[in-house]
Amino acid sequence: MSTNHMTPEETQALIQEVLEVYPEDAKKDRAKHLMVNDQEVEQSKKCITSNRKSLPGVMTVRGCAYAGSKGVVWGPIKDMVHISHGPVGCGQYSRAGRRNYYVGTTGINTFGTMNFTSDFQEKDIVFGGDKKLSKIMLEIEELFPLNKGITIQSECPIGLIGDDIEAIAKQTTKDVKKPVVPVRCEGFRGVSQSLGHHIANDAIRDWVLHNRDNDAFDDTPYDVTIIGDYNIGGDAWSSRTLLEEMGLRVIAQWSGDGTLAEMENTPKAKLNLLHCYRSMNYISRHMEEKYGIPWKEYNFFGPTKIAESLRDIASFFDDTIKANTEKVIEKYRAEYQAVIDKYKPRLEGKRVMLYVGGLRPRHVIGAYEDLGMEVVGTGYEFGHNDDYDRTIKEMGNATLIFDDVTGYEFEEFVKRVKPDLIGSGIKEKYIFQKMGIPFRQMHSWDYSGPYHGYDGFAIFARDMDMTLNNPCWSKVKVPWLIEDEEETAVAASA
Amino acid sequence: MAMRQCAIYGKGGIGKSTTTQNLVAGIAELGKKVMIVGCDPKADSTRLILHAKAQNTIMEMAAEAGTVEDLELEDVLKTGYSNIKCVESGGPEPGVGCAGRGVITAINFLEEEGAYEEDLDFVFYDVLGDVVCGGFAMPIRENKAQEIYIVCSGEMMAMYAANNISKGIVKYANSGSVRLAGLICNSRETDREDELIMELANRLGTTMIHFVPRDNIVQRAEIRRMTVIEYDPTCKQAAEYRTLANKIIENDNLNIPTPITMDELEELLMEFGIMDVEDEEIIGQTAEAETT
Repeated sequence: MSTNHMTPEETQALIQEVLEVYPEDAKKDRAKHLMVNDQEVEQSKKCITSNRKSLPGVMTVRGCAYAGSKGVVWGPIKDMVHISHGPVGCGQYSRAGRRNYYVGTTGINTFGTMNFTSDFQEKDIVFGGDKKLSKIMLEIEELFPLNKGITIQSECPIGLIGDDIEAIAKQTTKDVKKPVVPVRCEGFRGVSQSLGHHIANDAIRDWVLHNRDNDAFDDTPYDVTIIGDYNIGGDAWSSRTLLEEMGLRVIAQWSGDGTLAEMENTPKAKLNLLHCYRSMNYISRHMEEKYGIPWKEYNFFGPTKIAESLRDIASFFDDTIKANTEKVIEKYRAEYQAVIDKYKPRLEGKRVMLYVGGLRPRHVIGAYEDLGMEVVGTGYEFGHNDDYDRTIKEMGNATLIFDDVTGYEFEEFVKRVKPDLIGSGIKEKYIFQKMGIPFRQMHSWDYSGPYHGYDGFAIFARDMDMTLNNPCWSKVKVPWLIEDEEETAVAASA
Repeated sequence: MAMRQCAIYGKGGIGKSTTTQNLVAGIAELGKKVMIVGCDPKADSTRLILHAKAQNTIMEMAAEAGTVEDLELEDVLKTGYSNIKCVESGGPEPGVGCAGRGVITAINFLEEEGAYEEDLDFVFYDVLGDVVCGGFAMPIRENKAQEIYIVCSGEMMAMYAANNISKGIVKYANSGSVRLAGLICNSRETDREDELIMELANRLGTTMIHFVPRDNIVQRAEIRRMTVIEYDPTCKQAAEYRTLANKIIENDNLNIPTPITMDELEELLMEFGIMDVEDEEIIGQTAEAETT
């Protein structure tokens, strides 16, 4: 094991070496986004810069504000119709790609995998798209009467031509008597999808959250919400069951398999449970301020973190809940222990590098550790420093932490650190697979999942084993190298 | 003779459209083939030639037809007085959409449909007052207008605008062949107006092509949706526009402009008594404060 570990000096030297090819300015800029982890550090801002504009000329995998709003925060609200306002591409190319599972009849009472767009043409740019937008919304109301509301997700041109989507939203709300929410998430705003999350949170705050403030609600002392779980591959479902078994009542899921009514009822909760801090801390803070609802971050990846989180959540409630929580952990012990017993011997000591989005670069570390694996490098596409603050304690000393890593840097780090497994996204997948390195997509769970909760852990462990110990990797060798070897063999035998 | 493409810029309301149509009428009278391309959502660049309120614009017709690809050239290209070809880009009502994109789309359409391939001697672009965005610079991009005429007067804001437009031209002149061809003074009868504009032209590295005096017959003709040249071909003002037309036909004085700084411009205005010498003490003082 010790040969696998780098000293802080070695990691720092590695960073310097990789940066060497850059021009001076780029080197200086990128150096600020790369750090050697030191658990002693309390504030990440001393060692890493984040949430800055990507350098021109490098490969970045970041998304845009529209992606953050329509793709992440709003898109999964299943009983609303989300209009991609602008040209057709943004909506169509991002359609149903995020695997936010939901229950419902698509096209009747749910609309998650459909693409609604105002499909801008030249004339809409020149004359404005507001009349078209009004018409589309009235048509939606006719064709899909069971929709509960509409959001208008702005694509880039909307910010340039000045469509007054707020006025149209207000008018249409009057006409159809359902919430219509304008979202100013034009793609060119901000440096990544992160601003889109914030804008989407603000739109919920301004247009949705207070809708039922004066309505009666049959509450219980155990009402909680799940905030920032997008139900990818069913994650929220395998989380929700645990909370319910504890005796809590989940009154809303944001936004995976979520509904408008759940969002509107969220201010009635006793505690907001926040999984993806990055994308939904804004609205959680707002509810704390306006309604006095506390919020707690939690982590449902792997049995260690699950138990920690369940107990932490229970600490907010009475003894009954606390006792239930111990029962829940006990109930699943045999199950998850069997998973560990089965997979740990096959995965022990394996080293992982991650590069993902909102919460996973730190949240999945525990799950890997439960299987005897170690995360030796991690980074965020669009994290802020509060994310890195939360990451430092999770990562080992002298490990590599990178922000908005470039395609070149990531490849070079992998070549030098030689991880046994990489967890990242679709844009990285084939590059590393062609390099012969086992790879899992950790945005979409590689078409698998759920990974949350005890149920998810079993699938997570199986997937990591299936990928890492797949016999195919020994066969991945470029033909000319194989030929070289054969020739050498022939020469040797002659 | 190769086709010459000219663009007319200038402060809003200075009389670009009126001047353009009258001078084009003067050029057409001499047997030249001319096309006017209106690049202003108001679409009033061709009304005096066509005797129309406002002709159907490219963008308007495209919106009706569905896309600009559904349009034919003859739908939008009209012929008026003295065989002058007229087309308007059109665009949105104020406050919505993107008028600049309308100009870009319209000019692309004209190029693709071969509007410029006809046997034309001149194309005149009549462009919205201020170059507010890239769309309104479309007429002076590569392979379009190479001669820019700025309509101005002896009023302070008109001269500011002329100087600003010159700055815009410099940008495109450095990367292409567009040049400043001269100032046209559309008189507002301010003091020493001709001298002032000649001096401004000198500073900008160009000349005052012509001084067009003020004459109410222009308004009388406009009410009849006619150019002066058509309405009363023998009047003095018609002769002025003919002179302007001839000067433009003969003009080969094309230069990269040398815009001046705000300070220089203000000095010039002070020199001609258009602007008072700046009194530092009155800056930021309210009327009330001044009286006490």
